[in-house]
Amino acid sequence: MLAAKVVIEEGVHVEGLNFFTGFCVEGHTHAIRNPDHTKPKRNNALWAAEQLGIKLHIVDISEQYKDIVLNPKHGYGAHLNPCLDCKIFMVDQARSWGFMEENGFDFIVTGEVVGQRPKSQRRDTMPLIARESGAKDRLLRPLTALNLPPTLPEREGWVNREHLYGFHGRNRKPQIELANRFGFEDFAQPAGGCCFLTDAKYSAKLADLWKARGERDYSLDDIVLLKVGRHLRPAGHFKVIVARDDGENNFLEGYRKQFVHLRIENHEGPLTLIDGRPSFSDIELAARIAARYSQGRDAGVVQVSAHHPNGVVEALSVNPMPPHQIPDAWHV
Amino acid sequence: MSSAQPEIAILDARGLICPMPVIRTQDRVKTLPSGAVLEILSTDRGALHDIPAWCRVNGHEVLETEQHAREVRVRMRVHRSP
Repeated sequence: MLAAKVVIEEGVHVEGLNFFTGFCVEGHTHAIRNPDHTKPKRNNALWAAEQLGIKLHIVDISEQYKDIVLNPKHGYGAHLNPCLDCKIFMVDQARSWGFMEENGFDFIVTGEVVGQRPKSQRRDTMPLIARESGAKDRLLRPLTALNLPPTLPEREGWVNREHLYGFHGRNRKPQIELANRFGFEDFAQPAGGCCFLTDAKYSAKLADLWKARGERDYSLDDIVLLKVGRHLRPAGHFKVIVARDDGENNFLEGYRKQFVHLRIENHEGPLTLIDGRPSFSDIELAARIAARYSQGRDAGVVQVSAHHPNGVVEALSVNPMPPHQIPDAWHV
Repeated sequence: MSSAQPEIAILDARGLICPMPVIRTQDRVKTLPSGAVLEILSTDRGALHDIPAWCRVNGHEVLETEQHAREVRVRMRVHRSP
Protein backbone atom coordinates (compact mmCIF):
# COMPACT_ATOMS: atom_id res chain seq x y z
CA MET A 1 0.00 0.00 0.00
CA LEU A 2 2.82 2.41 0.94
CA ALA A 3 4.91 1.43 -2.06
CA ALA A 4 1.97 2.01 -4.39
CA LYS A 5 1.27 5.38 -2.79
CA VAL A 6 4.89 6.49 -3.24
CA VAL A 7 4.68 5.74 -6.96
CA ILE A 8 1.21 7.28 -7.33
CA GLU A 9 2.65 10.47 -5.81
CA GLU A 10 5.14 10.48 -8.69
CA GLY A 11 2.22 10.85 -11.08
CA VAL A 12 2.33 7.25 -12.28
CA HIS A 13 -0.89 5.35 -13.11
CA VAL A 14 -0.93 2.33 -10.77
CA GLU A 15 -3.31 -0.65 -10.63
CA GLY A 16 -3.26 -3.39 -8.01
CA LEU A 17 -2.81 -7.13 -8.49
CA ASN A 18 -3.86 -9.58 -5.81
CA PHE A 19 -3.07 -13.28 -6.21
CA PHE A 20 -5.28 -16.01 -4.79
CA THR A 21 -3.13 -19.04 -3.95
CA GLY A 22 -5.65 -21.00 -1.88
CA PHE A 23 -3.54 -20.42 1.23
CA CYS A 24 -4.70 -16.84 1.88
CA VAL A 25 -5.66 -16.31 5.50
CA GLU A 26 -8.18 -13.51 5.58
CA GLY A 27 -10.73 -14.58 3.02
CA HIS A 28 -11.46 -18.11 4.09
CA THR A 29 -11.17 -17.58 7.79
CA HIS A 30 -13.64 -14.74 7.97
CA ALA A 31 -15.91 -16.54 5.59
CA ILE A 32 -15.98 -19.77 7.58
CA ARG A 33 -15.69 -19.06 11.28
CA ASN A 34 -18.36 -17.25 13.25
CA PRO A 35 -18.11 -13.51 12.84
CA ASP A 36 -15.60 -11.80 15.10
CA HIS A 37 -17.23 -8.45 15.81
CA THR A 38 -13.99 -6.94 17.13
CA LYS A 39 -12.29 -7.15 13.74
CA PRO A 40 -13.31 -5.33 10.57
CA LYS A 41 -14.74 -7.78 8.06
CA ARG A 42 -13.00 -6.90 4.86
CA ASN A 43 -10.80 -8.13 2.07
CA ASN A 44 -7.55 -6.30 2.75
CA ALA A 45 -6.50 -6.03 -0.89
CA LEU A 46 -9.82 -4.46 -1.87
CA TRP A 47 -9.70 -2.22 1.15
CA ALA A 48 -6.17 -1.04 0.30
CA ALA A 49 -7.14 -0.40 -3.33
CA GLU A 50 -10.06 1.67 -2.17
CA GLN A 51 -7.87 3.74 0.14
CA LEU A 52 -5.47 4.35 -2.74
CA GLY A 53 -8.19 5.01 -5.31
CA ILE A 54 -6.79 2.43 -7.74
CA LYS A 55 -8.28 -0.49 -9.65
CA LEU A 56 -7.64 -3.98 -8.31
CA HIS A 57 -7.42 -7.20 -10.28
CA ILE A 58 -7.72 -10.45 -8.33
CA VAL A 59 -6.01 -13.32 -10.09
CA ASP A 60 -6.65 -16.98 -9.28
CA ILE A 61 -3.26 -18.73 -9.45
CA SER A 62 -4.20 -21.61 -7.14
CA GLU A 63 -3.66 -24.33 -9.75
CA GLN A 64 -0.26 -23.14 -11.03
CA TYR A 65 0.79 -22.40 -7.46
CA LYS A 66 0.77 -26.11 -6.59
CA ASP A 67 4.11 -26.57 -8.31
CA ILE A 68 5.61 -23.81 -6.14
CA VAL A 69 4.37 -25.46 -2.94
CA LEU A 70 5.32 -28.99 -3.96
CA ASN A 71 8.65 -28.31 -5.66
CA PRO A 72 10.20 -25.08 -4.38
CA LYS A 73 13.53 -24.61 -6.12
CA HIS A 74 14.82 -22.48 -3.26
CA GLY A 75 13.36 -24.62 -0.47
CA TYR A 76 11.00 -23.88 2.40
CA GLY A 77 11.15 -21.37 5.23
CA ALA A 78 10.52 -22.38 8.84
CA HIS A 79 7.44 -24.41 7.81
CA LEU A 80 6.06 -25.35 4.39
CA ASN A 81 6.32 -21.74 3.21
CA PRO A 82 8.18 -21.47 -0.10
CA CYS A 83 8.52 -17.69 0.31
CA LEU A 84 11.33 -17.04 -2.13
CA ASP A 85 9.86 -19.18 -4.92
CA CYS A 86 6.47 -17.62 -4.16
CA LYS A 87 7.81 -14.11 -4.53
CA ILE A 88 9.56 -14.98 -7.81
CA PHE A 89 6.40 -16.64 -9.11
CA MET A 90 4.15 -13.72 -8.22
CA VAL A 91 6.45 -11.13 -9.78
CA ASP A 92 6.63 -13.34 -12.87
CA GLN A 93 2.81 -13.52 -12.94
CA ALA A 94 2.63 -9.73 -12.54
CA ARG A 95 5.14 -9.36 -15.37
CA SER A 96 3.15 -11.65 -17.68
CA TRP A 97 -0.10 -9.88 -16.86
CA GLY A 98 1.14 -6.32 -16.68
CA PHE A 99 3.35 -6.29 -19.75
CA MET A 100 0.69 -7.86 -21.98
CA GLU A 101 -0.22 -5.49 -24.80
CA GLU A 102 -3.84 -5.14 -23.65
CA ASN A 103 -2.74 -4.07 -20.16
CA GLY A 104 0.28 -2.05 -21.21
CA PHE A 105 2.14 -1.47 -17.96
CA ASP A 106 5.81 -0.49 -17.93
CA PHE A 107 7.04 -1.71 -14.57
CA ILE A 108 6.13 -3.59 -11.41
CA VAL A 109 6.05 -2.16 -7.89
CA THR A 110 6.33 -4.23 -4.72
CA GLY A 111 6.51 -3.27 -1.07
CA GLU A 112 9.60 -5.38 -0.32
CA VAL A 113 12.20 -4.05 2.11
CA VAL A 114 15.77 -5.37 2.37
CA GLY A 115 16.15 -7.39 5.56
CA GLN A 116 12.47 -7.40 6.45
CA ARG A 117 11.86 -11.13 5.96
CA PRO A 118 14.45 -13.82 6.64
CA LYS A 119 13.75 -15.92 3.54
CA SER A 120 12.58 -13.73 0.72
CA GLN A 121 13.58 -10.16 1.54
CA ARG A 122 17.35 -10.26 1.96
CA ARG A 123 19.95 -8.17 0.18
CA ASP A 124 21.06 -11.21 -1.83
CA THR A 125 17.55 -12.37 -2.76
CA MET A 126 16.32 -9.02 -4.08
CA PRO A 127 18.33 -9.24 -7.34
CA LEU A 128 17.55 -12.95 -7.57
CA ILE A 129 13.79 -12.24 -7.57
CA ALA A 130 14.22 -9.55 -10.22
CA ARG A 131 16.32 -11.89 -12.37
CA GLU A 132 14.44 -15.18 -12.02
CA SER A 133 11.00 -13.58 -12.41
CA GLY A 134 12.10 -12.05 -15.70
CA ALA A 135 11.12 -8.57 -14.50
CA LYS A 136 14.82 -7.58 -14.23
CA ASP A 137 15.21 -3.82 -13.89
CA ARG A 138 11.49 -3.24 -14.38
CA LEU A 139 10.93 -4.26 -10.76
CA LEU A 140 10.87 -1.24 -8.46
CA ARG A 141 10.84 -1.44 -4.65
CA PRO A 142 10.17 2.18 -3.70
CA LEU A 143 10.51 1.62 0.07
CA THR A 144 14.02 0.19 -0.14
CA ALA A 145 15.18 1.49 -3.55
CA LEU A 146 18.09 3.47 -2.11
CA ASN A 147 19.66 0.19 -0.94
CA LEU A 148 19.56 -1.18 -4.50
CA PRO A 149 20.92 -0.15 -7.90
CA PRO A 150 18.70 2.25 -9.90
CA THR A 151 16.02 0.50 -11.93
CA LEU A 152 14.67 1.38 -15.36
CA PRO A 153 11.82 3.60 -14.04
CA GLU A 154 14.39 5.59 -12.05
CA ARG A 155 16.88 5.86 -14.91
CA GLU A 156 14.14 6.89 -17.35
CA GLY A 157 12.85 9.52 -14.92
CA TRP A 158 9.38 7.93 -14.64
CA VAL A 159 9.95 8.20 -10.89
CA ASN A 160 12.45 10.42 -9.12
CA ARG A 161 14.95 8.31 -7.18
CA GLU A 162 15.34 11.14 -4.70
CA HIS A 163 11.71 10.66 -3.70
CA LEU A 164 12.22 6.96 -2.89
CA TYR A 165 13.29 5.40 0.42
CA GLY A 166 16.09 3.35 1.93
CA PHE A 167 14.17 1.37 4.56
CA HIS A 168 15.85 -1.82 5.75
CA GLY A 169 15.48 -4.39 8.50
CA ARG A 170 12.53 -5.64 10.49
CA ASN A 171 11.75 -2.37 12.24
CA ARG A 172 8.42 -1.09 10.92
CA LYS A 173 8.73 2.35 12.49
CA PRO A 174 9.77 4.13 9.27
CA GLN A 175 6.82 2.56 7.44
CA ILE A 176 4.44 3.64 10.19
CA GLU A 177 5.81 7.19 10.04
CA LEU A 178 5.38 7.23 6.25
CA ALA A 179 1.83 5.90 6.62
CA ASN A 180 1.07 8.71 9.05
CA ARG A 181 2.53 11.22 6.60
CA PHE A 182 0.22 9.86 3.89
CA GLY A 183 -2.71 10.07 6.31
CA PHE A 184 -3.33 6.31 6.46
CA GLU A 185 -4.98 5.57 9.78
CA ASP A 186 -5.22 1.81 9.35
CA PHE A 187 -2.95 -0.87 7.95
CA ALA A 188 -3.46 -4.09 6.04
CA GLN A 189 -1.93 -7.37 7.24
CA PRO A 190 1.86 -7.19 7.58
CA ALA A 191 3.80 -9.38 5.14
CA GLY A 192 3.91 -13.08 5.95
CA GLY A 193 0.85 -13.13 8.21
CA CYS A 194 -1.47 -13.45 5.25
CA CYS A 195 -0.41 -16.98 4.21
CA PHE A 196 -1.38 -20.19 6.01
CA LEU A 197 1.86 -21.84 4.93
CA THR A 198 3.76 -19.68 7.42
CA ASP A 199 1.62 -21.17 10.21
CA ALA A 200 3.22 -24.11 12.03
CA LYS A 201 -0.09 -25.88 12.79
CA TYR A 202 -1.38 -25.52 9.26
CA SER A 203 1.89 -26.78 7.78
CA ALA A 204 1.74 -29.79 10.13
CA LYS A 205 -1.75 -30.60 8.82
CA LEU A 206 -0.57 -30.38 5.22
CA ALA A 207 2.44 -32.62 5.96
CA ASP A 208 0.09 -35.08 7.70
CA LEU A 209 -2.17 -35.13 4.63
CA TRP A 210 0.76 -35.97 2.35
CA LYS A 211 2.03 -38.67 4.70
CA ALA A 212 -1.39 -40.30 5.07
CA ARG A 213 -1.97 -40.37 1.32
CA GLY A 214 1.55 -41.46 0.50
CA GLU A 215 2.00 -38.65 -2.04
CA ARG A 216 2.74 -34.96 -2.05
CA ASP A 217 -0.29 -33.51 -3.78
CA TYR A 218 -3.45 -31.58 -2.91
CA SER A 219 -6.66 -30.20 -4.31
CA LEU A 220 -8.16 -26.80 -3.49
CA ASP A 221 -10.79 -28.58 -1.37
CA ASP A 222 -8.01 -30.33 0.60
CA ILE A 223 -6.24 -27.13 1.54
CA VAL A 224 -9.44 -25.31 2.38
CA LEU A 225 -10.57 -28.16 4.64
CA LEU A 226 -7.25 -27.96 6.51
CA LYS A 227 -8.33 -24.51 7.68
CA VAL A 228 -11.60 -25.76 9.11
CA GLY A 229 -12.38 -27.67 12.30
CA ARG A 230 -10.44 -29.83 14.72
CA HIS A 231 -8.43 -32.49 12.91
CA LEU A 232 -7.76 -35.77 14.75
CA ARG A 233 -6.01 -38.76 13.22
CA PRO A 234 -6.51 -41.89 15.33
CA ALA A 235 -4.89 -44.04 12.60
CA GLY A 236 -3.01 -43.56 9.34
CA HIS A 237 -5.97 -44.54 7.17
CA PHE A 238 -8.57 -42.10 8.51
CA LYS A 239 -8.90 -38.64 9.98
CA VAL A 240 -11.79 -37.01 11.85
CA ILE A 241 -12.71 -33.37 11.16
CA VAL A 242 -14.96 -31.88 13.85
CA ALA A 243 -16.61 -28.47 13.34
CA ARG A 244 -15.86 -25.95 16.08
CA ASP A 245 -18.81 -23.60 15.71
CA ASP A 246 -21.95 -22.93 13.67
CA GLY A 247 -19.96 -21.24 10.93
CA GLU A 248 -17.81 -24.33 10.47
CA ASN A 249 -20.87 -26.58 10.72
CA ASN A 250 -22.42 -24.68 7.81
CA PHE A 251 -19.23 -24.79 5.82
CA LEU A 252 -18.67 -28.54 6.32
CA GLU A 253 -22.28 -29.16 5.21
CA GLY A 254 -21.06 -28.33 1.71
CA TYR A 255 -18.55 -31.20 1.85
CA ARG A 256 -20.66 -33.83 3.62
CA LYS A 257 -21.59 -35.80 0.50
CA GLN A 258 -17.92 -36.49 -0.28
CA PHE A 259 -17.24 -38.11 3.11
CA VAL A 260 -18.74 -40.41 5.70
CA HIS A 261 -20.26 -37.79 8.00
CA LEU A 262 -21.63 -37.95 11.51
CA ARG A 263 -24.51 -36.08 13.14
CA ILE A 264 -25.31 -36.00 16.83
CA GLU A 265 -29.00 -36.88 17.05
CA ASN A 266 -30.10 -36.29 20.64
CA HIS A 267 -27.95 -33.28 21.64
CA GLU A 268 -26.55 -30.13 20.09
CA GLY A 269 -23.34 -31.17 18.42
CA PRO A 270 -20.86 -30.62 15.64
CA LEU A 271 -21.04 -31.95 12.12
CA THR A 272 -18.10 -34.33 11.74
CA LEU A 273 -16.45 -35.63 8.56
CA ILE A 274 -14.31 -38.76 8.32
CA ASP A 275 -11.58 -38.48 5.70
CA GLY A 276 -10.07 -41.77 4.49
CA ARG A 277 -11.26 -45.36 4.45
CA PRO A 278 -12.84 -45.98 7.86
CA SER A 279 -14.03 -49.44 8.96
CA PHE A 280 -17.15 -49.85 11.09
CA SER A 281 -15.07 -49.75 14.28
CA ASP A 282 -13.29 -46.60 13.00
CA ILE A 283 -16.67 -44.95 12.46
CA GLU A 284 -17.68 -45.92 16.00
CA LEU A 285 -14.48 -44.39 17.35
CA ALA A 286 -15.08 -41.21 15.32
CA ALA A 287 -18.63 -41.08 16.69
CA ARG A 288 -17.26 -41.25 20.26
CA ILE A 289 -14.92 -38.34 19.44
CA ALA A 290 -17.75 -36.33 17.90
CA ALA A 291 -19.93 -37.02 20.95
CA ARG A 292 -17.14 -35.72 23.19
CA TYR A 293 -17.41 -32.33 21.46
CA SER A 294 -21.24 -32.29 21.68
CA GLN A 295 -23.53 -31.00 24.43
CA GLY A 296 -23.97 -34.68 25.36
CA ARG A 297 -20.33 -35.03 26.40
CA ASP A 298 -21.35 -35.83 29.99
CA ALA A 299 -24.20 -38.13 29.04
CA GLY A 300 -23.75 -41.87 29.34
CA VAL A 301 -24.85 -42.60 25.80
CA VAL A 302 -25.20 -40.34 22.75
CA GLN A 303 -27.10 -41.18 19.58
CA VAL A 304 -25.07 -40.57 16.43
CA SER A 305 -26.04 -41.15 12.81
CA ALA A 306 -23.34 -42.11 10.32
CA HIS A 307 -24.13 -41.09 6.74
CA HIS A 308 -22.22 -42.80 3.92
CA PRO A 309 -21.68 -41.19 0.51
CA ASN A 310 -23.83 -43.97 -1.06
CA GLY A 311 -26.82 -42.86 1.03
CA VAL A 312 -26.67 -45.62 3.66
CA VAL A 313 -27.31 -44.29 7.19
CA GLU A 314 -26.26 -46.19 10.31
CA ALA A 315 -27.61 -45.44 13.79
CA LEU A 316 -25.02 -45.66 16.56
CA SER A 317 -25.26 -45.42 20.34
CA VAL A 318 -21.86 -44.45 21.74
CA ASN A 319 -20.20 -43.37 24.96
CA PRO A 320 -18.58 -39.96 24.52
CA MET A 321 -14.83 -40.37 24.67
CA PRO A 322 -13.43 -38.75 27.85
CA PRO A 323 -10.83 -36.07 27.02
CA HIS A 324 -8.04 -37.97 28.80
CA GLN A 325 -8.58 -40.91 26.45
CA ILE A 326 -7.88 -38.77 23.38
CA PRO A 327 -4.10 -38.89 22.96
CA ASP A 328 -2.40 -35.60 22.14
CA ALA A 329 -0.77 -37.37 19.20
CA TRP A 330 -4.19 -37.70 17.52
CA HIS A 331 -4.50 -33.90 17.24
CA VAL A 332 -3.01 -32.98 13.88
CA MET B 1 -44.35 3.80 -24.81
CA SER B 2 -42.47 0.66 -23.89
CA SER B 3 -39.89 0.64 -21.12
CA ALA B 4 -37.99 -2.56 -21.73
CA GLN B 5 -36.07 -3.69 -18.67
CA PRO B 6 -32.50 -4.79 -19.37
CA GLU B 7 -31.99 -8.51 -19.13
CA ILE B 8 -30.35 -9.46 -15.86
CA ALA B 9 -27.42 -11.86 -16.01
CA ILE B 10 -27.20 -14.20 -13.04
CA LEU B 11 -24.00 -15.47 -11.46
CA ASP B 12 -24.52 -18.33 -9.04
CA ALA B 13 -21.50 -18.24 -6.72
CA ARG B 14 -23.20 -20.12 -3.90
CA GLY B 15 -20.96 -22.57 -2.07
CA LEU B 16 -17.83 -20.63 -2.98
CA ILE B 17 -15.83 -18.81 -0.35
CA CYS B 18 -13.90 -15.58 -0.46
CA PRO B 19 -12.37 -14.46 -2.75
CA MET B 20 -13.87 -16.81 -5.35
CA PRO B 21 -17.23 -14.96 -5.58
CA VAL B 22 -15.28 -11.78 -6.39
CA ILE B 23 -13.06 -13.58 -8.90
CA ARG B 24 -16.10 -15.13 -10.61
CA THR B 25 -17.78 -11.72 -10.67
CA GLN B 26 -14.68 -10.18 -12.23
CA ASP B 27 -14.53 -12.92 -14.87
CA ARG B 28 -18.23 -12.62 -15.69
CA VAL B 29 -18.13 -8.83 -15.94
CA LYS B 30 -15.40 -9.13 -18.60
CA THR B 31 -17.94 -10.88 -20.85
CA LEU B 32 -20.73 -8.30 -20.38
CA PRO B 33 -21.24 -5.01 -22.25
CA SER B 34 -21.35 -1.64 -20.55
CA GLY B 35 -24.78 -1.07 -19.01
CA ALA B 36 -25.48 -4.76 -18.43
CA VAL B 37 -26.93 -5.73 -15.06
CA LEU B 38 -25.47 -8.68 -13.18
CA GLU B 39 -26.95 -10.32 -10.12
CA ILE B 40 -24.59 -12.35 -7.95
CA LEU B 41 -25.80 -14.98 -5.48
CA SER B 42 -23.41 -16.08 -2.75
CA THR B 43 -23.44 -17.95 0.53
CA ASP B 44 -20.23 -16.23 1.66
CA ARG B 45 -21.14 -13.41 4.04
CA GLY B 46 -17.96 -11.58 3.03
CA ALA B 47 -19.37 -11.16 -0.49
CA LEU B 48 -21.81 -8.59 0.87
CA HIS B 49 -18.85 -6.26 1.46
CA ASP B 50 -16.27 -7.54 -0.99
CA ILE B 51 -18.31 -7.42 -4.22
CA PRO B 52 -19.49 -3.81 -3.62
CA ALA B 53 -15.87 -2.89 -2.76
CA TRP B 54 -14.67 -4.53 -5.98
CA CYS B 55 -17.35 -2.60 -7.92
CA ARG B 56 -16.31 0.69 -6.34
CA VAL B 57 -12.60 0.32 -7.07
CA ASN B 58 -13.24 -0.82 -10.63
CA GLY B 59 -15.85 1.82 -11.48
CA HIS B 60 -18.98 -0.34 -11.60
CA GLU B 61 -22.28 0.59 -9.98
CA VAL B 62 -23.82 -1.32 -7.09
CA LEU B 63 -27.60 -1.26 -7.52
CA GLU B 64 -28.74 -3.34 -4.57
CA THR B 65 -27.43 -5.62 -1.84
CA GLU B 66 -29.49 -7.99 0.22
CA GLN B 67 -28.92 -10.70 2.80
CA HIS B 68 -31.52 -13.39 3.54
CA ALA B 69 -30.57 -15.94 6.15
CA ARG B 70 -27.40 -17.54 4.74
CA GLU B 71 -27.63 -16.10 1.25
CA VAL B 72 -26.30 -12.84 -0.11
CA ARG B 73 -27.53 -11.14 -3.30
CA VAL B 74 -25.71 -8.27 -4.99
CA ARG B 75 -27.05 -6.55 -8.10
CA MET B 76 -24.63 -4.38 -10.08
CA ARG B 77 -24.41 -2.49 -13.35
CA VAL B 78 -21.33 -2.82 -15.55
CA HIS B 79 -19.62 0.45 -16.49
CA ARG B 80 -16.74 0.66 -18.91
CA SER B 81 -14.56 3.70 -19.45
CA PRO B 82 -14.69 4.89 -23.06
